[in-house]
Amino acid sequence: MSTLEPLAPPDPAPDPRSETVDASTAARGSGRLSVRAFVRNRRALVGLGIVAVIAAFCFVGPLLYRTDQVTVRLDLADLSPGSAYPLGTDASGYDVLGRLMAGGRSSLELGFAVAFTTSVIGTLYGAVAGYLGGLVDAVMMRVIDTFLAVPGIVLLLMMVSMFTPTLWGIVLLLSLLSWLGAARLVRGEVLTLRTREFVQAARMMGGTGGRIVLRHLVPNAAGVIIVSGTFTIADSILTLSALSFLGLGLPPPHADWGTMLSAGLNSLYDGYWWLVYPPAGILIVTVVAFNLIGDAVHDALDVRLQRR
Amino acid sequence: MSAYLIRRIGQAIVVVIGVMVLTFVLIHLVPGSAARATLGTRATAERIAVFNAANGLDRPLAAQFVTFVKQAVVGNFGTSYSLQQPVSTLIAQRLPRDALLLGLSTLLALAVALPMGIFQAVRRGRVADHAFTVVSFVLYSMPDFFFALLLIAVFSVQLHLLPSQAPQAESVGGILADPRALVLPVVTLTLVSVAGFSRYMRTSAINTLAQEYVQVARSKGLPERLVLRRHVLRNSLLPVVTVLGLQAPNIVAGAVIAESVFNYPGMGLLFYQAATSKDYPIMLGSTLVVGVATVLGSLFADIAYSFLDPRIRYVNA
Repeated sequence: MSTLEPLAPPDPAPDPRSETVDASTAARGSGRLSVRAFVRNRRALVGLGIVAVIAAFCFVGPLLYRTDQVTVRLDLADLSPGSAYPLGTDASGYDVLGRLMAGGRSSLELGFAVAFTTSVIGTLYGAVAGYLGGLVDAVMMRVIDTFLAVPGIVLLLMMVSMFTPTLWGIVLLLSLLSWLGAARLVRGEVLTLRTREFVQAARMMGGTGGRIVLRHLVPNAAGVIIVSGTFTIADSILTLSALSFLGLGLPPPHADWGTMLSAGLNSLYDGYWWLVYPPAGILIVTVVAFNLIGDAVHDALDVRLQRR
Repeated sequence: MSAYLIRRIGQAIVVVIGVMVLTFVLIHLVPGSAARATLGTRATAERIAVFNAANGLDRPLAAQFVTFVKQAVVGNFGTSYSLQQPVSTLIAQRLPRDALLLGLSTLLALAVALPMGIFQAVRRGRVADHAFTVVSFVLYSMPDFFFALLLIAVFSVQLHLLPSQAPQAESVGGILADPRALVLPVVTLTLVSVAGFSRYMRTSAINTLAQEYVQVARSKGLPERLVLRRHVLRNSLLPVVTVLGLQAPNIVAGAVIAESVFNYPGMGLLFYQAATSKDYPIMLGSTLVVGVATVLGSLFADIAYSFLDPRIRYVNA
């Protein structure tokens, strides 16, 4: 069975946010060049800057601006922004500015947690499939095709309707659904890497399969892993918000931007703009920022694109 | 060529079987079993045993799987718990409506995204390119439901221009008879896909513009308009065809949201209502249908690709 199919249609599902469809010509072994291209890339710096500011807002903010996000105060519900409440209060009387911080924490934690587990599972799966090749690879890839054939939101809605969700339950579900893309990308990368001299050298010196995968293949595929991880953060935050909108998100005492936005949209026509636009704005800006970083890292790795 | 086709079709068959196994496993993940879901939580052990025997649920899993496949192949997905109708009837009613909504918005999205991508590629790195990039990133990063509700807030509530609910007619003809009500759902789904498609097209056109044949066309004095239409557009379309096949799950995901916002009576709404009322036969039936449709979609995209691009035929001949 052939392992490389040069002119067959591209195997890994390309991501629309990425500049090029083919990452196989990435600048490996020129890490410093990539770093320089990354720094010169204003898109990446803007994205990183935004993420840093928002992370500080969510994690340091609550230390400076203390609010009660536990006690329901119906006597303080839906107050418009003023000196006491810079962004007003919501239907339960929670301070909206403080809730944006708390909600951002869980949105970001969820995004990073999913990106981390997805990267680990996807990398190992893709690297093993690509390294072993042959029948094992074919079987492993058909498993991925099967999961990709069923839309993630369909599986997600089904699981969430069967089991009551918790934050970590949703992290687990999202991870189970989003490692597929990472696995395909890493496999594609490993397929080209494993024919390289340094991998053959490692095998000559008696390196075991596990060692070659972990010490030689995975580190060299780090670029695509980072790119897909960054996009996964953006996608997970969006998917959680869609779940909240459909009423199948996390139960009430919990806060995240998607839940805040969906709840706020119920009062869109009552003039309570502060319940809609702040969460919408911060959610979109954060997702754009992660997409910008992913896009820029992708470019920085792609020498072919820089030459043009 | 034919070797490639045979292998590709073989892969599709394996994946369809995989989707069936996945659906079957999900049926058996249902907490409290199908018997409890149908008979209620206070059903006695005897009644559950009778129900299981009547529905063949007491047989070995392998035998049940064979029955499940046999029934699914002839389009029998069981009866909906909440609507008391065969799932296949419900799906058959809704599929044409989805073909209309999703087909229309995908065509519109391509009509906008292809010129936009080429324009961006030609103006690469200039202000117009950056402006469109920002627009597509924001569209891509915006929750679908927020976007749909903003459209309703502006065009229905503020301006009173368009209805906020999709056409409620039973037939496709009836839906088309009310085009004003179709505008907002179609626009929502269109703009959501434009972001992705235009990014692919831009990348693909950038790669095409750097090819020698484009330089040849230019240096022989062909007007730029014709260079773009005859050489760049055609050659850049090829990768986009493949992407279109892979986009099917995303389009379905958009449909679930858009149909529940605009109350469009399609598969997405059916699935969403099934998910909130724990109507497992509908969920599993639609999952199977959507999964098979996705596999077929990407299979056709790959076959179309290999016919459209003669270079593939040469290599695999």
